[in-house]
Amino acid sequence: MREITYLEAIKEALDEEMARDPSVFILGEDVGVYGGAFRVTEGFYEKYGEWRILDTPLSESGFTGAAIGAALVGMRPVVEMQFADFISCAFDQLVNVAAKNHYRWGAATPIVVRAPYGGNIHGGAFHSQCIEGFFFNVAGLKIVAPSTAYDAKGLLKAAIRDNDPVIYCEHKYLYRRVKDSIPEGDYIVPIGKARVALEGKDISIITYGAMVHTALEAAQALKEKGISCEIIDLRTILPLDKKSIFTTVKKTNKVVVLHEQTKTGGVGAEVSSLITEYCFDYLDGPIIRIAARDTPVPYSAQMEEAFIPQVKDVLSAVEKLIRY
Amino acid sequence: MDVKREDLLQLYYYLKLTRRLEDRVTSLYHQGKILGGAWTSNGTEAVSVGYGYALERNDIAAPYFRDMGVFLIRGISAKRIMAQYFGKKTGVTGGKEGNIHIGDLNFGVFAFPSHLADNYPVGTGAALAFKIRGEKRIAVACTGDGGTSRGDFHEGMNFAAARKLPMVFICNNNQYAYSTPLRLQMNIKDIAERALAYGIPSKIVDGNNVVEVYKAAKEAYEIARNGGGPTFIECKTMRMHGHSEHDSAKYVPRELLDEWKKKDPILNMEKYLLENTISQKAELESIDSRVKKEIEEAEAFAEQSPYPEPEDGLKGLYATPIAEE
Repeated sequence: MREITYLEAIKEALDEEMARDPSVFILGEDVGVYGGAFRVTEGFYEKYGEWRILDTPLSESGFTGAAIGAALVGMRPVVEMQFADFISCAFDQLVNVAAKNHYRWGAATPIVVRAPYGGNIHGGAFHSQCIEGFFFNVAGLKIVAPSTAYDAKGLLKAAIRDNDPVIYCEHKYLYRRVKDSIPEGDYIVPIGKARVALEGKDISIITYGAMVHTALEAAQALKEKGISCEIIDLRTILPLDKKSIFTTVKKTNKVVVLHEQTKTGGVGAEVSSLITEYCFDYLDGPIIRIAARDTPVPYSAQMEEAFIPQVKDVLSAVEKLIRY
Repeated sequence: MDVKREDLLQLYYYLKLTRRLEDRVTSLYHQGKILGGAWTSNGTEAVSVGYGYALERNDIAAPYFRDMGVFLIRGISAKRIMAQYFGKKTGVTGGKEGNIHIGDLNFGVFAFPSHLADNYPVGTGAALAFKIRGEKRIAVACTGDGGTSRGDFHEGMNFAAARKLPMVFICNNNQYAYSTPLRLQMNIKDIAERALAYGIPSKIVDGNNVVEVYKAAKEAYEIARNGGGPTFIECKTMRMHGHSEHDSAKYVPRELLDEWKKKDPILNMEKYLLENTISQKAELESIDSRVKKEIEEAEAFAEQSPYPEPEDGLKGLYATPIAEE
């Protein structure tokens, strides 16, 4: 066991998978010689050469489409979106080509799209977005969003080995702020499985990504007030791990759904609906959603802080619900 | 480049097969036997037959929707194609997809997304894989004139050119994007000019002359196969039916159609084969009877095939399904 950051975990997963399987290659903007905007692929160019770590023209649809075509003939491409926000330019290729290939004509499309997403970095409207919601309604895609270095590595390896298109949401805020002790060598975190980030009995906070850490911080403060929170880290957004969601609801009977994505039509809306549809009798209060405000991500620190859910928002929601 | 007699006869056979299959589809569509729509390549068959026939077995085709010839040449049977139109379980996609949305990796054919020119980058990806693996294979992608205005057309070509990939781009310039004529689509005379911007050499060919299309494609494939990078081939032709069979295409001037009718690709080829004494009327007629029989059998097969079950619609979403505990 040794301690590495979330970013190093991503880098390790890529490096190990590329070394293990010659069909794995990376393409995207500035990933080669420069090593990526966030330095995730630093050193790869020297190690793997220009045909396994490809600097592409600035054309997300073009290189995502190319990744799809390469996948159709046996490769396992990993696409890096420089910022997740730019994935909108590849929306058509992901939604109409990658997501539907297997259903429409039985052709597996094993691509991974790495999407550095999320705010709290003062990036403004085009460098801070949570993009999972854009794709959450698209059957045929898989979406994962690790919150720990351990999961970042294990889920990326699982995504690369998976035969379906996977959007891998890596939170930029966590890159160098989160560290984990992780084992040497190979391991997988299965796609489609949530984890219990904190066991508790009074109330469930269902969340993912950077908000897991916000929830953990809130839970620590609530513990001092005698409130025991259970935190579910979804890890996979699409398809949702319904079993884990229902298990925690049946255990605590009170639910807060927390995410950094904007509120309307978000992942939280689906989680809430699933719970009311299948676990209504177990609920001892309304489901409270805590999410980003329904605006573009604002730039100024004051406005961005108000936009992104904070520990205090979780505290007040939990305290309100616990009294219900 | 000399084209062998047997290849010329095969080109003729595939022209006929494409035309007869799509003509039959058109009739069946008007009889209400085919759901949805029917898009055909009528008048432009020489394009798909020419570039499809020039491929090697291991190459990849990323076609578009007026490319019936490619599917047939790659080896996807008329039976499975007809069953596809009927929405039958025995169709190429088992009823998941309709009409020309045909793809089968066993035959090296990518299915086409309706978002035109999407297959330009996707086909380019296959060429990229070949280049990475050092394989002597090429990929070809096709779109119509309409698709050349979309971003993916440009992004695919630019990427293929920058990396000098073993890729060939075909454009079936049939002069109308649905109802919109070329003059409202672009301010250039030849679509081939667009390739120039990417440093891709281009060739303009008579899209109604199957031998010319075949030769141009073959030549481009060899350049690509030998590391020379992509070529763009503009095939000038004319769509003789509507955008789809529901569309009477009244927006196309009658005189334009009359003029192009004289240049029909099948008549062209017959004339070529007969005038050069490559074949005789009797031989061509026997090819045509073979084609007719094949279409009849295909239709019977499609008619007799079972429909999929409603629950089949839930299958196959993922290649790696999520294990339920």
